[in-house]
Amino acid sequence: MLDKNGIAKRIAKEVKNGYYVNLGIGIPTLVANFVRDDIEVEFQSENGVLGMGQFPFEGEEDADIINAGKQTITTMPGASFFDSATSFSMIRGKHVHLTILGAMEVSENGDIANWKIPGKMVKGMGGAMDLVASAENIIVAMMHTNKRGESKLLKRCSLPLTGVGCVTKVVTNLAVFEIKNNQFYLLERAPGVSVEEIKNATEGTLVIEGEIPEMNL
Amino acid sequence: MINKKVDSIEEALKGVSDHMTFMLGGFGLCGIPENAIAELARKGIKNLTCISNNAGVDDFGLGLLLQNKQIKKMISSYVGENDEFERQMLSGELEVELTPQGTLAEKCRAAQAGFPAFYTPAGYGTEVAEGKETRDFNGKMHVLELAYKADFAFVKAWKGDEAGNLIFKGTARNFNPLMCGAATITVAEVEELVPLGVLDPNHIHTPGIFVQRIFQGEKFEKRIEQRTVRQRS
Repeated sequence: MLDKNGIAKRIAKEVKNGYYVNLGIGIPTLVANFVRDDIEVEFQSENGVLGMGQFPFEGEEDADIINAGKQTITTMPGASFFDSATSFSMIRGKHVHLTILGAMEVSENGDIANWKIPGKMVKGMGGAMDLVASAENIIVAMMHTNKRGESKLLKRCSLPLTGVGCVTKVVTNLAVFEIKNNQFYLLERAPGVSVEEIKNATEGTLVIEGEIPEMNL
Repeated sequence: MINKKVDSIEEALKGVSDHMTFMLGGFGLCGIPENAIAELARKGIKNLTCISNNAGVDDFGLGLLLQNKQIKKMISSYVGENDEFERQMLSGELEVELTPQGTLAEKCRAAQAGFPAFYTPAGYGTEVAEGKETRDFNGKMHVLELAYKADFAFVKAWKGDEAGNLIFKGTARNFNPLMCGAATITVAEVEELVPLGVLDPNHIHTPGIFVQRIFQGEKFEKRIEQRTVRQRS
C-alpha cells in the first residue's frame, strides 16, 4: 500500500518531457518533488504563474509571488506572470497538458466530486470546475477509501459534482485505474496489494484483464 | 494627457454609497486594494455586494468589511479562511454566490470588453449551471454566463502614472487588470505613482483608458497568508 508520497511518486511517472502541468492542492502538490530531472516540465498555478519553482529561502519570501494555495514560492528561469483570464485561457484552451487534482469521489463514468459536502461549510470550487471541464488529461490523486472505510471509486458520485465525464485516470494508495467505457480498468497494483483487496475496496464496476502487474516505482 | 490623479483617499472613493456593487482585485491577500478597503471600512457604508475571488481573513482584506457587517452579498470562488465569514454565512446574514474561478475572471473581462455574456464548459452538469442556458458546441456542452455589472472597481497595481497606466507585479496581477474598466468607475491604488513618461509604453499592462481615478496608497502591509520557506542546505 502507498502513502501520500507514494501516490505522488507514481503519478510523477505520468509527467512527460515538454508538458505544462497544473497541480492541485494536497497530494498533487507533492508530485513536483518526484518528477525526473532529465525532462523539461513547467508547472502552472492558476492564480497567474507559469514556471513555478521551489519555496523561497527564509528571508526571501515575496508577498507578491504566491501559488494557488497562497503559499510563497519562487519562479524558474523562463517563468511568466499573467492575469486570471489569461491563466484560465491556458486551461480552457487546452494549452496545459496535464491536470492533477484530489477528489472526494470519482465515478465509473469519469464524474468527479471534490468541492462540497452538504451540511458542512462550503469553501468554494476555486478553479477546480474550470480545470475539470476543459482538461483532456486529468489524473485524480486520492486515497482509495474515505475515513469510514467506504470506497471513493463509485458507480455514481453521491456528493455534488465538480465536473461530468472528465476523469481519465485515478491513482490511489491501492492501485492505478484508467476510466473508459463507464468502467474502472485496473492497470497496476500498489506494492504488496492483491487484486482481491482492490476488488473489495472498489464499489464501481471494475475490469480486470489478465495478470495485473505491481507498480514500478 | 488626461489626468486621472486624485490627491486623497476621500476623493478616490467619492460617490460610494449603500447598496452598491463593488469589484475588488486580489487573490487571497495578494494584490488586494488595501487602502480602498480601509477607507470603505471607515466610511461604514452598508448592504454592499462584493465581487472578489476571496473574502480576506478575519482581520485583513474584505474580512474588515465583514466584521463591520457591511457586506450583504459576496460573489467569490473560494472563501475558506475566515471565521466571521463562516458565521455570517451559516446564520444566513450573508448571501454567498460561489462561481468557478475562471468564470469569475471572464465575467469581469466580459464587462470590461463589452460582451454581455459568454459560453464556458466550466460547471456544466453541476449546481453552478442550474437555471442557466446551456448549449452544445462541437459535441461539448457549455453554460451561458453573464458579464458582471458593478458601480466601482477597486484595484491595486505596483506602479502607475497620472494617465492611469498600470503595471502589476508578480502574482499580485491576478484579477486586477480584468476589473479595470469593468465597473462604472475604476479606482486604482498604486505602490508608486511615477511622473508621466517614466513608464515605458511597451511595458504597460493596463492602459489608462480603463482607469478613472488613480492615487498613491498611503501604506501597503502586503500580508502573507501562507509563509512557506525551504532551509538552506
